[in-house]
Order: sequence, then structure tokens, then C-alpha cells
Amino acid sequence: MQLFAERQLKLTRRLPKGEQWLAGAMIAPAAFVIFFVAAVPLVGVLWMSLFHHVLINPNYQPFVGLGNYTDQLGNPDFWAAVQRSLIFTVASTSIELVLGLLLALLMNQPLRLRWILRGLVILPWALPGVSNALMWRWIDQAQYGALNALLTQTGLSNSYINWLGDPHIAIYMVVLADVYKNTPLVALLILAALQTVPKEPIEAARVDGAGSFQIFRYITLSWIKPVILIALVLRTMDAFKVFDTIWIMTKGGPANSTQTIAIYAYQTAYNTYNFGGGAALGYLIALLIAVLAAIYIRLLRGGTAR
Amino acid sequence: MATKVRYRIAGLAAVALIALEGCSSSGQGSSGGTITLHALFMKQAGYSDQEVADMTTAFEAANPDIKVQTEFVAYEALHDKIVTDQVGGSGIYDTVLMDTIWPAEFAHAGIVQDLTSMLPSDFTTGVFQSAFAGGEYNGHFYGVPWLNDTEFLFYNKAMLAQAGFSNPPTTWAELMTQAQALKSKGIVQYPFVGQWAQSELGVCDWTTIAAGQSGGATFFDGSGNPTFNQGGPLAALQLMAQMKNEGLANPASLGYGSDDVRNVLIAGQAAFGLDWTYVYAAANDPSQSKVVGQIGITAAPGGGTNGGMSMAITRSSKHVDAALKYDLFLASQEQEEKYTDNALPEWKASFDKPDLAKGAPDLWAAAKVAFNTMVSRPMVPYYTSLSNALQVAIQKALTGEETPKAALDDVAAQVPNMANQ
Repeated sequence: MQLFAERQLKLTRRLPKGEQWLAGAMIAPAAFVIFFVAAVPLVGVLWMSLFHHVLINPNYQPFVGLGNYTDQLGNPDFWAAVQRSLIFTVASTSIELVLGLLLALLMNQPLRLRWILRGLVILPWALPGVSNALMWRWIDQAQYGALNALLTQTGLSNSYINWLGDPHIAIYMVVLADVYKNTPLVALLILAALQTVPKEPIEAARVDGAGSFQIFRYITLSWIKPVILIALVLRTMDAFKVFDTIWIMTKGGPANSTQTIAIYAYQTAYNTYNFGGGAALGYLIALLIAVLAAIYIRLLRGGTAR
Repeated sequence: MATKVRYRIAGLAAVALIALEGCSSSGQGSSGGTITLHALFMKQAGYSDQEVADMTTAFEAANPDIKVQTEFVAYEALHDKIVTDQVGGSGIYDTVLMDTIWPAEFAHAGIVQDLTSMLPSDFTTGVFQSAFAGGEYNGHFYGVPWLNDTEFLFYNKAMLAQAGFSNPPTTWAELMTQAQALKSKGIVQYPFVGQWAQSELGVCDWTTIAAGQSGGATFFDGSGNPTFNQGGPLAALQLMAQMKNEGLANPASLGYGSDDVRNVLIAGQAAFGLDWTYVYAAANDPSQSKVVGQIGITAAPGGGTNGGMSMAITRSSKHVDAALKYDLFLASQEQEEKYTDNALPEWKASFDKPDLAKGAPDLWAAAKVAFNTMVSRPMVPYYTSLSNALQVAIQKALTGEETPKAALDDVAAQVPNMANQ
């Protein structure tokens, strides 16, 4: 990747002056659009976060400095939402990684109907997030949902469980919906990596008397580790800012038990039109994700330097 | 080469300028003696798009100097559309459909006009008095009541008969007695089903139940101090928690909205449920309902939450008289009696016409009582914040995380903060 970038750079340097102008002119529209859709809103939101900005109260918008930030940081609801986001992220990401790895290993076996398995595994990933959430809301419906029907008809449970109405269970049901949707992505990423594992070291290890588990642990796993880390990074970032699945399934309820940080930010900004507070929350979430990203980038560097 | 590129860039810039120009010239106002009104409606529930279009055509025929451009958005987008249009936008709409929980907020922000002195007396005396409360704030009217609805008590006649009751309950205490009997006789596992999900509907059910408690649905005192943590509202939440704890209310109610309640009722899995007018038609539709003819409807004991909507006139409108004429036309007795498939009229006299009621006499009889006793949810400018906090408090009380009193006290303590926003 780096080599490619260096080559590109050299190419640009070699452009004659007239063509450099042309290249600049061709890039300009895209740069212009990016500037207005990314840079301007970023600065605008930062600016907005420094004011008491409640849309419905347009005549009272004093400068409050970091007031919106300190308000949020001192608000127990904010920390409760962060905690729920962490629970959701850790639970969904770890299950997705374990299941994804197992599925990838299975799909990598020389099975006869492997192509059917691969097609089936990718199906949930092809579902739009909203459809997936709606489907799970129906499955988890206490009275006529498929899950309770399955459990009672097979005798595993003798009464209906209130999946989305019980504050202690609901969060795990939204995790389940997320796992169903996103495990295929992890599985496919790992499968792609598994297919590049070289045969020679495995054969050499086998000759040296290594068992299957040892081969997996010391050769396969260490070879695919960077990809697992990439999957981990992607899923963590996504899970931390999860919105659609939860909004559709529970709207943050019952009793706020599924109100993650993105739901909390949305409700602050758009239910009550507190745009100042919402803007500050947006930056706080970005900061939290940046911290996670920094940790992962360190991990990734360690992972690639084999 | 460079010249060609310059020409192309100049061409692109010209196109962009023309496009921008197109965006800024939005149609507003009048031309050649004809006034064009812009009206905003919602897409679901109540009168259909086609019915509104037909009413508008009739209005335009009767008023050739006024044209009306109608626009329909989802209910979820309606509030945002009005606020952004009036506060940050170009103020294009003259008249907008306003939910019963918004007048205080809109009046406080100066988004809608005070219509108190403009409403004709035959309108104010002809329409159910409780319908006006849906557009009222601090004794002033900000909306022309139009779309009429309230929460009714639906009940399963067959189940009640099986338990030996010949009539539906007229008080909440009586409902509890009947529910206990239904449960102990094993007629239905959970006699009551509520729309108690963490949403506005939870506040609606709570308000309806409060209306039937001693003290009624009084949420604030005369000086604006919260009283919803005592009297009727507290008793209502205690009753809801009791129903949940004794297994009289379906525990899944905590995740249920109005469609879920309807589904449970028409599947014959509950004896009682609070829901809106539309459930009556579904309950008697053989393609949906397992209990056709068995679902009765009656006014909720003490009164039901006002779920109506009014037509408001925006502060940006330059055609207040024309807009009011249009709104009063939509809400006229003639129009409301003409379109009764999706909404019942708000005119008292309509309920004395047996011809109108002949398709659904039970519904009309229940509505005649219910529309007279509708109660409003709290009317405060910070209603959205209050409602969000109340939704959580209701759920905390129902899940047993807090006592009803503690949950409502928490919200009452937050009120000064909300009011200062």
C-alpha cells in the first residue's frame, strides 16, 4: 500500500506544469464537495456546541463555552448510555468474532456443498439493517413471535418470555439481532485470509509432529491475526455507534435499558431540539471512538509486524 | 487544452448558478388576485390523502380566488417539518396540522397564531368542548380542532359473559374486579393489554387511566408546579403497576404500541385494552380478526386521552383569513359528516343523526360519551422533554425498578430544569 502511494506521488511529481493545472482542476470539484459536506459541518457543529442552541427557542442562544460538554460529562444519563454502548459493543463484537472464525473455518473445509454454505452464510449480511431489525422485533414479539413459539412448542419453556419488554433481557436481544446481521462480514473477512495461508509451513509442522490444534494455534491463527484485528476494529466502531437496530427494535426502552450513546445523542438533539447539547455529544462520541481507534491502531501495528 | 477546460468549468459554474437560483425561488403568496395557500398534513391515520384532496377541491370550487397546495408527510416528520420551516426555514406553510401535544411549545416559540378571537361562535358552540383543549394553551386557542380521536376501552364481550358480567366496567375499580375474576376463572391469562412501550403511547394510557382516578388527570397546579406525582396521575401509575404485578396486565405490554394492543385484542387474547378508534374496524374485519362481533367499545372510565389534531395557522402566513377559511371548511360539520370512514365528526349534533351511525352504532354511541370527556396530556412548552422523562418513569415503575411515587418524584424534580431550557 505504501509502495503504491509512493509510486503515485512520483507520478504526480513528474506531471508537466500544464497538466498539473488540469489535474488540480479535475480534483477541485470533488475537493470542493468534500470541503462543504465534511469540513464545514465539522466546524459548524463544533461552533454550535459552544452555544445554548435550542431550536425551538431561537431568541435565547448565549455563548456557553464548554458548558454543553461539562453538562453532559456531569450527567449520569450520559455515562449510563456509554456503559450500555460498551456492553453492547463488547458482547456483539466478541460473539461475532468467535462465530465468524468458526464459520470461516467451516467454509474453508473442502466440503462438497461448500458453495451453498457460503451463499447461506452471506444472506443475513445482504439484509438491510432496518429489515433485519424489523424481522427480529417480530421474532422477539412476546405473544406471537417465533422465538417464544419455538421455545414453548419444543418444551424448552412453559411460558412466554417478554424478550423486548424486560429491561434485563432486551439489551441481549438487540445484541443477538446485531450478531445475526454482522457475523457473516467477519466470517467472510477471515475466510479470505484463511485462503492465503501457505501450505508449506503447515506441512513442515505436520512432519515435525504438530497436532491440528497446534497448527491452528501457531500457524493459521498467527497468519490471519491481522485480518481478525481489522474485523475487530470495523465491528467495534460500528457497534459503538449502533443506532438503526436498536431504534427499530426498542427505541431505547424498556426503561432506557437499550439507550446506547447514539440513541441518547439522537434523543438529545432531535427529540428536544437541544442542538447545542447534541453537537457536544457528537464530539464526545467522536472522541471516544478516536480513543478506541488509537488503541486498535497500536494493536494492528503489533499484529502486522510478524 | 487549457482554454477548453476553462470553457467547461465556466459552463459547469453557469449550470450550478441556475440550479441554485431555482432552489431559492420557492412559491409563496398570490398572483393575479388568486391566493395560493400552502397546507401541511400527515400521511397516516385519520382522513386519507384522497379525502383531504377531495375536501380541498370542494373548498377551491366554493372559493375560486383561493388555491391550496397540500403536502403530506409521515406523522414522525410532521413536528420537525413545522419547526424547521418556521424557525430556521423559509416559512412556506400557511396552515399546518398540529398534534394535541404541540400547541404550548408552538405558542411559546411564536410559531403559530392566536386564533381565540377569530373562531366563529357557531363553531365554538357546535363542536365538543373537550376537542378545543387540544389546540389550547393558557386559555388561548391556537388551532381549529379537526381530526378527532381519543382512547376507548375495548372489551371482549364473550369473555365477560363467560365470567358472568353483562356490562363492561364503568370505573377502573370495577375493571380490576372483572379482570381478577377473568383471571381466577382461567378465562384469559392476562385480562388487560396496554400500550406501555417507552413511547408517547405509554403517556397516553397513563393519562387515560389518571382521568378515571380520584383527582383526575391533573398534572400541574395553577402556578405551573408539577402535581403529576400525586392525586390521579400517581394513583394511575400505581394501578398500572398493580395490574402488572398481579398478572392482570400482559407483561409484554411494556414493549407494546397501539398496533400490538390491537393484534392481541383481535386475536382474542385479552379481555380489555385501551386503544384508538381505528381498532373498532379491525376488530370487525373477518380478514384480520378472530373475534368478529365479540369486541365491544365503550368510553374509557372517567375519560380518554385526547388524541385529536388541529389545524394551526403559522406566524409566517400572509393569508391568515384565507387559511382560517380553509381550516374552518375542513372542520365544518358538512365535511366531517361526509367523510366518516377514517375519523368521526367532532360536532355534537352529528351524534344525534341515526343515519350516520347505522354502520357502527356501538362506536358512535361510545364516541358520543367519549368525545365529551376527553382529557389532555400536560400542556407545557417543554412537553417533549417531559414526555421523554415520563415514559422512562412509567417503565421504571412497571418493571419494579422504582416505586411509582419515586419514579414520578424524580421527573417532578427535573421540571425546573426542563422549563429553563
